[in-house]
Amino acid sequence: MNALLTFPKGGVHPPEFKEQTQGLAIETMPVPDELELILGQHIGAPCQPTVAKREAVGEGQVIGEVKKGLGVPLHSPVAGKVKDIGMSAHPLRVSAPSITLTVDREAAPLQYEKDAWQSLASDELLTRVHDGGIIGIGGAGFPTHVKLKPPAGSPVDTLVLNGAECEPYITADHRAMLEHTAEVVEGARILLKILGIKTCHIGIENNKPDAIKAMAEVAARVPAAEADIRVRTLQVKYPQGSEKQLIQAVTGRKVPAMALPSAVGVVVQNVSTAKAVYDAVACRKPLYEKVITVAGKGIGRPANLLVKVGTRLKDIVEYLGGLQPGLSKIVLGGPMMGFAVSSLDVPVTKTTSAVLFLTRDEIDTRPHSQCIRCGWCLEACPMGLEPKEIAIHVEAGRSEVTEPFGVFECFECGSCAYVCPAKRPLVQFIRLAKMKAKRPQ
Amino acid sequence: MWKVSVSPHLKSSESVEKIMWTVVACLVPPLVLSVFVFGIQTLLITAVSVVSCVAVEWLSQKALKRPVTIKDGSAVLTGMLLAFVIPPGVSPLLPILAAVFAIYIGKHLLGGIGYNFFNPALLGRAFLLASFPVAMTSAWLPPVENMAIFSFFGGAVDAVSTATPLAVMKERGMAAFTELFGSGTSLYGSFFLGWRPGCIGETSGFLLLLGGLYLLYRGYITWHIPVSLLGTIAVLSWIFGGEGYFGGDPLLAVLSGGAILGAFFMATDYVTSPGNKPAKLVFGCAIGALTVLIRLKGGYPEGICYAILLMNPLSTVLDGWFKLKRFAPPVGGAK
Repeated sequence: MNALLTFPKGGVHPPEFKEQTQGLAIETMPVPDELELILGQHIGAPCQPTVAKREAVGEGQVIGEVKKGLGVPLHSPVAGKVKDIGMSAHPLRVSAPSITLTVDREAAPLQYEKDAWQSLASDELLTRVHDGGIIGIGGAGFPTHVKLKPPAGSPVDTLVLNGAECEPYITADHRAMLEHTAEVVEGARILLKILGIKTCHIGIENNKPDAIKAMAEVAARVPAAEADIRVRTLQVKYPQGSEKQLIQAVTGRKVPAMALPSAVGVVVQNVSTAKAVYDAVACRKPLYEKVITVAGKGIGRPANLLVKVGTRLKDIVEYLGGLQPGLSKIVLGGPMMGFAVSSLDVPVTKTTSAVLFLTRDEIDTRPHSQCIRCGWCLEACPMGLEPKEIAIHVEAGRSEVTEPFGVFECFECGSCAYVCPAKRPLVQFIRLAKMKAKRPQ
Repeated sequence: MWKVSVSPHLKSSESVEKIMWTVVACLVPPLVLSVFVFGIQTLLITAVSVVSCVAVEWLSQKALKRPVTIKDGSAVLTGMLLAFVIPPGVSPLLPILAAVFAIYIGKHLLGGIGYNFFNPALLGRAFLLASFPVAMTSAWLPPVENMAIFSFFGGAVDAVSTATPLAVMKERGMAAFTELFGSGTSLYGSFFLGWRPGCIGETSGFLLLLGGLYLLYRGYITWHIPVSLLGTIAVLSWIFGGEGYFGGDPLLAVLSGGAILGAFFMATDYVTSPGNKPAKLVFGCAIGALTVLIRLKGGYPEGICYAILLMNPLSTVLDGWFKLKRFAPPVGGAK
């Protein structure tokens, strides 16, 4: 076996905490009585509803569309009725426009048949990706069809599939690679055809040896004439799944500051996005279901759940045996980059990868103190920034002058704040800096 | 109610308190040895120093209306280090005065932990050296015989009966030095283990090195400053330290005075040293060079205290010289 690949600068090793769910097969959660679909699921313009209140909808029917700007359609995950078009609780924006659906218990779930996508032209495949509502479901939520049409000036030669899953607790991609191996690899073949290239690297961290083995076996069966799909084993290090760090680990190329991966000829997609692409293109099944990891000591029964987009947290909690004493924080996404929420009314979106119910002993709530200039954040930052200097400027009310420190290169992985012995909220300081400083053009 | 805060929600188990108390723990073995070498007086001076540093920190923070942080261990550490760099035979009044200067003026008036640009313990020593030059350069105690560590209570302490090895070498030359402290392996041995006159904490190179290596192992300090500092002292002492060139004794130079204490415990102070690795190397080399310069040409037998104090305020300048390398510059180069 080759030496383990990784990015050379920075990074941290938080405890993995994956043992709670890594051995649990994906389980389909029964559909709750009501779903709440936020209209702005992706980066770009939010969808406008295409259905009216009290209108009946079918499973997979388009219920929202982006009329102008960047975006993908939104589909109904169930057959049912539009109960309301109003506002929903939202993890970041507090509330956001949404469509509430009541589920029709009589309707039989839709069955999808696989058809031959190989005969389709690449722009027809791309249309199916768009029509299927596919976005980057690893967390960013960037519309996939846009990423698959790189700017004319920067030709792409490599597709990188992100199976690193470097965030602690989360095992959803791990299970998808194990249980939907063929679909993920076929999704990669579709993506390669759309891009008109042959090389694909699938980066998987070394803590998932079963997934590495399964994926490598299936990838090896792809005819060499069609594509060269290789599984690359990555060292376990956070943030290995960050786009720029993953590209560097796998291809050795460095994406310039403020540039997209296409600048170095690479497109990155999450392994679960590849599976969604397979569903949308080969089976014509839009993206309205999602595998999420539910973990932490604060939930009755941890699980990897297949849920409908729009399932509210309270329904998940009820299905998994309720909240446990000592619950202190509920996080959507991973513990390093996820968002804490204050309400169980928040629904799952296409980009939700996990819901963590963390108890008092799982989180650190010690108050922060003055910077002691230990320099650990300099060592931890994968982008070579100086979080301590940015933070001191922000504290002194000088956020405007932080642009030269590279605040806009920070992707908020949280490595600096993780290692900080003074427990300083460095990510928060940098977010404040980004709001006040002028973004370079 | 559930907590809502900005990511990351996981934090490492390290903390300022843990770092400070670990360094304090690393200083306990040399202190214990010092009690055996110089007598119980050592313990008294150290206790007075630690208690007054903590008391001054508390009073300063109360007076300046800042949150009281005496539990973080940094004042205890300053107290330990301050005691380590003063002679064991001084009056207990001296560490009290030094604590006021070091903690109130040297630390809290400059903004508290993280903002002081001189090492507080060394600032305290420099203050004492300027205010009580006689006591600070003569109150040495000879290593006690027959483990008579309680001699302090038994009779008067003859505090001026001896001089430190570096002072003997400087003032009376190598011949007198060899006569007093021996030569060869036995000399290195006694210096390494700490059976020689000196400040409270600088005696045992072995135990200090052990503590320093533990800090390296824990990742609390990096090798850059200690190695560059001691390396520079060794090389420069070898070249310029003896008769003519290349006649000095590099090993003796490293084992003498407070070189090891300074290299592992003083110059590596986070607040007053650079954060970037290349800057750390330059910082260490500069301290080593200044130390040798003061030892050989200056008015004091030992120079590491002033060498570190001179370099402390330059740490941010050095950090500025050696900017960290960013992940990748923007297209078209940096602005």
